[in-house]
Amino acid sequence: MPKTKRTEKPVEELTYEEAIAELEDIVASLEEGRAALQDSMNLFERGRALIAHCGSLLETAQLKVRALAGDGLITPFEDESG
Amino acid sequence: MQPSLFSSVRLTVSQITFRIRQQLENDPTLQDVWVEGEISNLSRPASGHIYFTLKDKNASLRCVMWKTDAARLRFSLRDGMAVEAHGKIAVYEPQGQYQLVANSVQPKGEGALYQEFLRLKSLLEAEGLFDAERKRPVPALPGVIGIVTSPTGAALRDMLNTVRRRLPLAQVLFAPSPVQGAEAPPALVRALQALNSHSPDVILLARGGGSIEDLWAFNDERVVRAVAASAAPVISGVGHETDFTLCDFAADLRAPTPTAAAELAAPTTLEDLRLQLGYSSSRLADSISSLLAERRALVSALASRLKYVSPERRIQSEYQRLDALSRRAFSALNHRVELQSRRLDGVSKRLLSLDPKSVLLRGYAIVARKEDGAIVASVKEARGTMRVQVSDGEFDVVRGS
Repeated sequence: MPKTKRTEKPVEELTYEEAIAELEDIVASLEEGRAALQDSMNLFERGRALIAHCGSLLETAQLKVRALAGDGLITPFEDESG
Repeated sequence: MQPSLFSSVRLTVSQITFRIRQQLENDPTLQDVWVEGEISNLSRPASGHIYFTLKDKNASLRCVMWKTDAARLRFSLRDGMAVEAHGKIAVYEPQGQYQLVANSVQPKGEGALYQEFLRLKSLLEAEGLFDAERKRPVPALPGVIGIVTSPTGAALRDMLNTVRRRLPLAQVLFAPSPVQGAEAPPALVRALQALNSHSPDVILLARGGGSIEDLWAFNDERVVRAVAASAAPVISGVGHETDFTLCDFAADLRAPTPTAAAELAAPTTLEDLRLQLGYSSSRLADSISSLLAERRALVSALASRLKYVSPERRIQSEYQRLDALSRRAFSALNHRVELQSRRLDGVSKRLLSLDPKSVLLRGYAIVARKEDGAIVASVKEARGTMRVQVSDGEFDVVRGS
C-alpha cells in the first residue's frame, strides 16, 4: 500500500480523516513487520493515541453548520432543527 | 326542398354511426393529437375513470381518461384549469358522441417547456456535459459538505437532519439561494461558485417538490453548466422521485429527493466509523502482539542455536579428551615404572653380588690405614696401624716388615 506522508502533527490536532488514514498506515506497516522493534513500539503507541483521538472525535461529534454570506464571509448558521 | 326518397343511400343508425367512427379513426391527425382547453364538468366516478369537457371560447369537446392513464397523472384536475390533453378521437356509439380519449394531461404551457427541455438536453448532451466519464466519485467520508438550496424550504431542514443523524463529524457549508423564479438561476450559479472557492468535498444541490415551472431553474442552461463545471462533485436532489431536471443529468450523482441526496453525501455513518475504528484497533493490537511473539520466537531460536555452538560443549569435549590423554599417560607411566623397577631389581642383584662383603666371606680381607682410612691395595701403601676387615668383624694389624 502506498505510504501517505506521515504527519508530524500532534495527534490532538489531526482531523478524523487524517487520523484514521495515519492509523491505517501504521497498522499496515506493523502487519508488514519490517520496522525495527523500537520503531514498532513507537508506531504502536502512536496508533493507540490515534485510536483514542478518533474515538473521542466520534463521541463528541456535533454537526457544525456555517453559511456563506453574499460578501463571501462565512457565518455560523442556526437552523431551527439544531 | 323535399329530398328524393330513392336517389339517397339508406343506412341504419348503427351503420351510419359505424361509418362516422371509421372516418374519424382513419384520420391520423385525430388519432394522435394535443388539444388545449379549459376543464369543465369534471367527474370522477368510483370506476376510477375521469370524465370532463374541454372548452374554449367557441367549442367544447367531451373527454374521457381511463383509470390506468388517470393513475399516472402528476397533479389533480380541477374545473377551470387550463390544460393540454393528448389522446385520440373516438366515437361512443350508444350515444352517438365523439370524444377525446385522453392518455395524458398536463398544465397548459408545460408542453412548450418540455420542448425547450428536450432541445436543451440534446444540445448539452451533444457537448458531452452528461457523459458518464465526467462523473466523479463521491467521497466516502466528506469533511465539508456544501449545500445549495433555499434558506426557508423544508429541503434544507431535511438535509441538515439527515447529515446530523448519519455523520455529525462532517461540517456543512450552506450557500443560500432562491430556487425558483427569474432570479434563481444566476443566484444558484453564484452559490455554486462561492461554495467551490471553499473547496468542499461534495456539494448538494437540492430543492423540494413543486410544479414543473417551480423546478425550472434547475433546467436553466447557466445552472446546468455551473453544475458540470463544479470542482467538487455535485449530488442533485430536486423535487420528487419522478422529477428529472437537466441538473440531474449534469450532476455526478442524482438523488430522487433532498433527503436521499444528503444520504448519498454522507455514505459512511458514525456507526460505520465506530465499527471501522474498533476493527482498526484490534488489528493494531494483533499486529503488535504477533510482532512481539515473532521476536520472542526468534530470540528463543537464537538462544538454542547459541547453546549448540557455545564453548561449553567444546569444554566438555576437551575434558573428555583430557581424560583420555591422562588415562593414556598413566598407563604409559605405569608401564615405565614397572620396567624401571624390574631393571632396578636386576641392577640391585648385580649390585648386591658386587658387595665387597660377599668377597670377605670367601676369605678375602679389606685393609685400610688406620690413620687416614685409605684402602691399602698395594705394598707401598701399607704403613702404620691398619684395620683389617673380614667377614665377621675387624681387627688391627701393624706392618712388620
